[in-house]
Amino acid sequence: MTIYEKKELDLLAAKIRLQSIISMASYGSGHAGGVLSLAEAMAVLYGKVMHYDSANPQMEDRDRLVLSKGHCGPVLYAVLALEGFFPLEMLKTLNANGGNLPSHSNMHKTPGVDISTGSLGQGSSLAAGIALGMRLRDIQRFTYLILGDGECDEGQVWEAALFAAQRGLGNLIGFVDWNHQQLDGYTDGICGLGDLERKFMDFGWDSRTIPGHDVEAVYDAVVSAQAVKDKPSMIILDTVKGKGWSLTEGKPNVHHITISPEQLTEAENEIGTVIRNLEKETAAARQGNL
Amino acid sequence: MQFKTSTAALRDANSRILIDLAKKDSRIVVLDSDLLNASGLAAFNKEFPGRTFNCGIQEANMAGAAGGLSSMGLIPVIHSFASFASRRMTDQVFMSGVYAEQNIKILGTDPGAANSANGGTHMALEDTGIMRSMPDITIVSPTDETMLESILPGIIETYGMFYIRLVRKSSIVVYEAGTNFTLGKAHIARPGTDITIIAEGAIMVPEALKAADRLEQLGISARVLDMFTIKPLDREAVISAARETGAVLTAENHNILNGLGSAVAEVLAEERLAVPFGRIGFRDVLGQTGTVPYILETYGMDAAHITEAAKKLVSEKVQAGSRI
Repeated sequence: MTIYEKKELDLLAAKIRLQSIISMASYGSGHAGGVLSLAEAMAVLYGKVMHYDSANPQMEDRDRLVLSKGHCGPVLYAVLALEGFFPLEMLKTLNANGGNLPSHSNMHKTPGVDISTGSLGQGSSLAAGIALGMRLRDIQRFTYLILGDGECDEGQVWEAALFAAQRGLGNLIGFVDWNHQQLDGYTDGICGLGDLERKFMDFGWDSRTIPGHDVEAVYDAVVSAQAVKDKPSMIILDTVKGKGWSLTEGKPNVHHITISPEQLTEAENEIGTVIRNLEKETAAARQGNL
Repeated sequence: MQFKTSTAALRDANSRILIDLAKKDSRIVVLDSDLLNASGLAAFNKEFPGRTFNCGIQEANMAGAAGGLSSMGLIPVIHSFASFASRRMTDQVFMSGVYAEQNIKILGTDPGAANSANGGTHMALEDTGIMRSMPDITIVSPTDETMLESILPGIIETYGMFYIRLVRKSSIVVYEAGTNFTLGKAHIARPGTDITIIAEGAIMVPEALKAADRLEQLGISARVLDMFTIKPLDREAVISAARETGAVLTAENHNILNGLGSAVAEVLAEERLAVPFGRIGFRDVLGQTGTVPYILETYGMDAAHITEAAKKLVSEKVQAGSRI
């Protein structure tokens, strides 16, 4: 990955962060912690990896994304809007009466959402079914699955892990957003998950752990996973809950927070500065000056 | 009343029909939960090994994976015993199926008394109740092979969520070969004028017909309405039954709460049809082991009990006069 490409993805991640916060602030609250920890993964997927057409969201020959931690809809909506699936202005209709951006993602309401999620654990089975469906229909694309670490408490995740490995679904690439916290506290203090990388390996997956806020590491991991043809792959993203906003980064109890207009202004200032700096660096990198 | 028997049990008829449909429609795939040999779908696996997926003992994942397959344009037929096809994967049926507006055909075998050899753990007395609480699921309870032959193609071809309560080993012949049935329309299995017995499934429709025979000996003309589509309920057929025969008795292989009896009661109440009304079924109790005849007798669901209940309702009708 060139420095320019890296800066471009960092910039996209910062924009995703800010737009997610604007969206959640429009409603007054949201699952900020798990939304913000996913910004880099979303930037790499929609900014560089996935094959899609924002003008034709239902294009059959496309990659699919299953956001199994469906409560983090706002991070998906932010990247979809930034990539042109719908206007940025629509992000301010999160959870609105009769609106098309429910807090948990719904395939029948939002352009670009490939499948409805919201009851934890189920996305893993949906993704396995989609990957199997791609194989049966000879669609040479990938299915990407995003799980939360707390979500791995659900038995269905492990049922699906066995099912996908048994069928050698090499077109299934999963991520665990290992941000170390769930609603009630640290995952280790609630239902310790142990060594997730090793667990998925034992369940028959290719598995690796990477720094989840390093866009180059995320991209390289996806490329490596794509090369594994005979088994599904899991990428454990070592992340920080609430990353990239001083109000939430690394703080406890940020699974779901209220966001006041004043806090939104602070976020716009803080992340706006990051965006402007990255824009300068991206421009410099494009000209080979970085 | 003696019924003929078919050479094929319903599970085998089901597989045979599915295989015929799958030969013409490559979208049909089968998922089972380590029950291929119990469901009869081993025959489908033999014919289409590349389109049959034995998930192992994991009903929740099976239902979720079916949602994914459906979203890719396939038509998954998924199987478990009715107890697990309902209780064990309710949230998956809702979230990955109903809410996501997918196209999944859920085969739940041996509901109610049909699984009494395995006892209370395996007797689904609440599956219809669970399914009918969710919008947009069509619930079908086939009576015999003739009916299955008539309705299964429509179930497969119609986009949407279906739940099929199938008594695996029943080979009772109720209907003449070639009889046509329409999904959503109750079938008058026997005409009658004094009372209507509204029944469902391969166990209770035959019991209701046997009861109607006995009632005829007593001078009571009982209509038997086969309500094989439990949801959406054929409201018009219920209204006609109440208006034309003046008394209604339901007979279901299910808890009397939240099943066919409840659904019929809702219509009668909403339509202000205050006719004598009763329900035959499991009276909010747990199941147990035993033969099907033993269970039906013990729980007050066999032809003798249906006959007695019908007699009582008809006598109430005479005492009360017409109230509709």
